[in-house]
Amino acid sequence: MSSTDRIATAFATARQQGHAAFIAYICGGDPNLDASVQIAETLFSSGVDLLEIGVPFSDPLADGPTNQLAAQRALAAGMDHEKIFTLVRRIREKSDRPIVLYAYYNLIFSQGIAHYLQCCKDAGVDGILTLDCPPEEAGELLAASRAIGLANIFIVAPTTPPERVERIARDASGFIYYVSREGVTGERSDLVANLAESVAAIKQHTHLPVAVGFGISTPEQVTAVGKVADGVIVGSALVNVIAAHAEHPEEISAALGEKARHLIGGLR
Amino acid sequence: MSAETCKKETVAPRFLLPDAGGHFGEFGGIYVPETLMTPLAELTAAYETARRDPAFQQELAFLLKQYVGRPTILYFAEGLTRHLGGAKIYLKREDLLHTGAHKINNALGQALLAKRMGKKRVIAETGAGQHGVATAAICAKFGLECVIYMGATDMARQALNVYRMRLMGAEVRAVTAGQQTLKEAVNEAMRDWVTNVRTTHYILGTAYGAHPFPMMVRDFQRVISKESREQMLAAEGKLPDQVIACVGGGSNAIGSFFEYLDDPAVALTGVEAGGRAIAPGEHAARFAGGKLGVLQGCLTYILQNYDGQIEGTHSVSAGLDYAAVGPEHAYYWKKGRIQFAHANDTEALAAFQLLCRTEGILPALESSHALAHAVKVAPTLAQEKVLLVNLSGRGDKDVWHAAKVMGEELAV
Repeated sequence: MSSTDRIATAFATARQQGHAAFIAYICGGDPNLDASVQIAETLFSSGVDLLEIGVPFSDPLADGPTNQLAAQRALAAGMDHEKIFTLVRRIREKSDRPIVLYAYYNLIFSQGIAHYLQCCKDAGVDGILTLDCPPEEAGELLAASRAIGLANIFIVAPTTPPERVERIARDASGFIYYVSREGVTGERSDLVANLAESVAAIKQHTHLPVAVGFGISTPEQVTAVGKVADGVIVGSALVNVIAAHAEHPEEISAALGEKARHLIGGLR
Repeated sequence: MSAETCKKETVAPRFLLPDAGGHFGEFGGIYVPETLMTPLAELTAAYETARRDPAFQQELAFLLKQYVGRPTILYFAEGLTRHLGGAKIYLKREDLLHTGAHKINNALGQALLAKRMGKKRVIAETGAGQHGVATAAICAKFGLECVIYMGATDMARQALNVYRMRLMGAEVRAVTAGQQTLKEAVNEAMRDWVTNVRTTHYILGTAYGAHPFPMMVRDFQRVISKESREQMLAAEGKLPDQVIACVGGGSNAIGSFFEYLDDPAVALTGVEAGGRAIAPGEHAARFAGGKLGVLQGCLTYILQNYDGQIEGTHSVSAGLDYAAVGPEHAYYWKKGRIQFAHANDTEALAAFQLLCRTEGILPALESSHALAHAVKVAPTLAQEKVLLVNLSGRGDKDVWHAAKVMGEELAV
């Protein structure tokens, strides 16, 4: 199955089943490579439709404390780009669900853009989201990923004006990631009010699915977002479960599976 | 990498850089999360309007004179020159500015812009604390809410500046991530900005980051070389043979060099922190050990490992202790117009003491790196040659730390 197909299929399948797709974020290699393989398996078997794997970076300026600490644990466990590709290959041995890498640009740039993306493709990655590379600077990234059929997920923010949404939508593939509020990643207790209008405004410019993330951490929030978006992205709420058991990785699966099923329950 | 490996190439006229996307050739640009893209475009537009507005320029000029204390003098360091026995050494005395360093030139300009944009809250990062103090001072004067992010390590070695900021009503927030220095403070300031961007202006303190910061900071620091060029012509009847400035992010250096870029006979030398040794984690000499990469908003030379992870840095001076260098410096280095050298901790501390003894001037540890380079080259040059060293800041803040490094504990 080609990359964009896996992503499109995941959203289409969820839609046919009458709910939004559930997208889980974890940091690759947190707390270590073997545990991450197991975590991915647990998440998929708990009903996760698409997995975002954060590539740990020393300076994650778009991330809140939860994901900063996750990246520190992964780097301390010896993760690097080669091990991220190993992680994806091992997950792929057991699953055909879509996997997207969530990376900071220097991690890609430092390896040679085309080379890095080819390694992604070979490992079984379906798409890539580069936090700090807007479309204006993404020429080489776009050309290289299109040449090999890797999706480019771009972020739209509340500060993004309509004409810019149109421009981003032209370059994007896979899905659009709507960051529901200004700020960094992390759990929050409230949800923004005008989410439905914002998602509808994006959909005027694209046929791609629109997934919403940043701060979603309860089944009620999942339900609310699932009503207006094609996908619901949950990160920190899951990463916090991993963090709580980081010293005893064998305990993660049970706790994380329960948390994921609880959240996904908000969609069913 | 060394200066020798770079051929001289055609340089774009200095006023045509950066382009509309913030590029200095292949360097610079805008590499930030989407949330900041539109606010940065708004900031660029506001700045472009402001800088063409005579009222803005008049207010800036008035305050640079009345509040900041410009112009600064160009001082012939006769005692130091005699001691070294070679080229004449002039010092551009940015250390005499209000709050003690060149940082206030930019902090004032950006604070005026923030006021114009209706932002009531200002945030800034600081390493040595000089930019933090300058920002805190301007915010106190203008009645703006002020939050300063500072690495916990830097707070310990620059405790005096922390207290100065607090006296001026700023909130100083300790950053405890990573190695707890300038880079982590920038990350935390960016996180604050991405969260509060509608109400807050981020006064970035150096010629670094996403467009328009490198351009804007350069423009506010250009006043240094505008003044020094005229002063040098008046004093010596000719331009200096070499201008020397220390380079952390690069704001005092680009400000000191800019008006000489079109004078090929004037050599321009940036001095980076050589730290303890040119080895990973032991220095901050990006042109000696860095690779091309993207960090905190722009593409430039960065100290990083094989995986693209940013390396730790070390310098005796907090203000030079940073893993990346301003994109305009990267551009002029590649074009062969600006050369880069480095001075290590020991050389900087020696220059720090030497200026005290020969001139009765206490330089900042940052500026001491530029002095250390002058100490090396002056004796090799004829007496009619002229070196201009940018004395970017004063060293009062460094006395306690310098004493400690040199083996003396001062009573607090």
